[in-house]
Amino acid sequence: MMLDGLYQEIILDHYKHPHGRGLRDPFDGEAHHVNPTCGDEITVRVAADFSDISYDGLGCSISQASASVLYELLQGRDADDIAGIHEAFVELMQGRGQVEPDEDVLGDAVAFAGVAKFPARVKCALLPWMAFKDAAARAGVDVGAAPEVKA
Amino acid sequence: MTFDVARVRADFPILSREVNGHPLVYLDSANTSQKPRQVLEVMREHNERHNGNVSRSVHTLGTEATSAYEDARGKIATFIGATNPDEIIFTKNSTEAINLVAHSLGQHLSLKPGDEVVISEMEHHSNIVPWQLLCERTGATLRWFGVTDDGRLDESSLDELVNERTKIVSVVHMSNTLGTINDLSRIVERAKQVGALVMLDASQSVPHLPVDVRTLGADFIAFTGHKMLGPTGIGVLWGRYDLLAEMPPFLAGGSMIETVTMARTTYAPPPARFEAGTPPIAEAIGLGAAVDYLNALGMDAVHQHEQDITAYALKVLADVPYVRLFGPATPEGRGGTLSFDVEGVHPHDVGQVLDALGVEVRVGHHCAKPVCARFGVPAMTRASFYLYTTTDEIDALARGLDQVRKVFA
Repeated sequence: MMLDGLYQEIILDHYKHPHGRGLRDPFDGEAHHVNPTCGDEITVRVAADFSDISYDGLGCSISQASASVLYELLQGRDADDIAGIHEAFVELMQGRGQVEPDEDVLGDAVAFAGVAKFPARVKCALLPWMAFKDAAARAGVDVGAAPEVKA
Repeated sequence: MTFDVARVRADFPILSREVNGHPLVYLDSANTSQKPRQVLEVMREHNERHNGNVSRSVHTLGTEATSAYEDARGKIATFIGATNPDEIIFTKNSTEAINLVAHSLGQHLSLKPGDEVVISEMEHHSNIVPWQLLCERTGATLRWFGVTDDGRLDESSLDELVNERTKIVSVVHMSNTLGTINDLSRIVERAKQVGALVMLDASQSVPHLPVDVRTLGADFIAFTGHKMLGPTGIGVLWGRYDLLAEMPPFLAGGSMIETVTMARTTYAPPPARFEAGTPPIAEAIGLGAAVDYLNALGMDAVHQHEQDITAYALKVLADVPYVRLFGPATPEGRGGTLSFDVEGVHPHDVGQVLDALGVEVRVGHHCAKPVCARFGVPAMTRASFYLYTTTDEIDALARGLDQVRKVFA
């Protein structure tokens, strides 16, 4: 079934058993993002040294799994690593399925390669990442240029 | 004559296509309806043979176009029981029609602090935001009817809510989310008692049931072409002529004037006053053809078919233990728009799995976020029916929901 490309086991696992979910203190920056077309919401908090990243939200399997993967990949890393991973994920999502992901950089996030072929769902996958970027900026850390979100 | 759904379906070319390797099951007509070849052919014929600008040309093509455009106005007037075609104003869509009234009527009534505008929690955003903006501009207060647990308008505080301070009441005739068909007789009566004017968002009712503005008792109604077998880009405002004649223009420009000097302008009478610029001509003519199509079947028959389909769908969904329906659970006082929750699965995911099976439903907040908030969910899945919907398609939906549960079990 063609949905296999979208709903990879890894994504469904993260959706059903999210990592790091729940808002925690202390934090240095927080951002709340919504997807106005579907009403999905997420709040992301970060400590300025990224020793903790916490989040909570309402949304589809793609957006919620994406938040869980983000936590796994970015929590505890330094700002340079995070900027690289963030850029690689955004590039993957905007690649219309044409970008070959690097598992060494993206880990479980390579499972989202299939999502890039569903333009209506790219925003779902990016929602936590954009909220994370804003939260980091509010904590005083720049993790890369704002991408233009298409689709 | 019995309603022959197979014969109806044969008029809709798109219904024979496949989606993702499955026969198309189109359950999103509340979003936009499909168009029969009769409508598509009339529009093609217009563009190929009669295209000219309306209301300004002396040449043959312009005259033919004007005549077809005005014929469409007349057909639409008759379709909703309006006695005067000049009460039909062509707009871009329902949203523009409501904005037109919010601006022009708001100005005509000189709304001010202390005045009240009443809407409901059941509205599409297009019948909320224009009134919020009007109240922000004028200092008037926005108030609203709530929604009961079974998805009906809560009229328990009608006499307090609609009072001598109320100037405008604008409510939905049929909910785009809950499917509720509102019996508006008490609200209209109360509004008349206190001297308030009534606008109805009839976007979901005019396409699906017989609507007669004389019996509704409202002062304005808005609806849109693309939900009633017509094209996008054409909507309708119907208003009482005496009110329209007193209201100032909304958009200004060509065609809406009586005379223009560099210092000042006087305005044409309705409907021209409210149709600035070149209108969507082929689209209006296409909407006229859509009305012809609906009239040939009869709106009573269309409505009865949808009632039958809705009753069937309500029964099928009631048998699915993990589905929770929002809105009235029986076909009485509701139309063929069913919103529901699939336990444990986000609507986005429901819609994605259904699409893989060729079943097209809408998911999200349906431009009615307050309704979602009222029922405590961020989003809903919505299946909506029309004159071409079959019981087989409802069965396909039920099978699809089983598949949804399997993917996310």
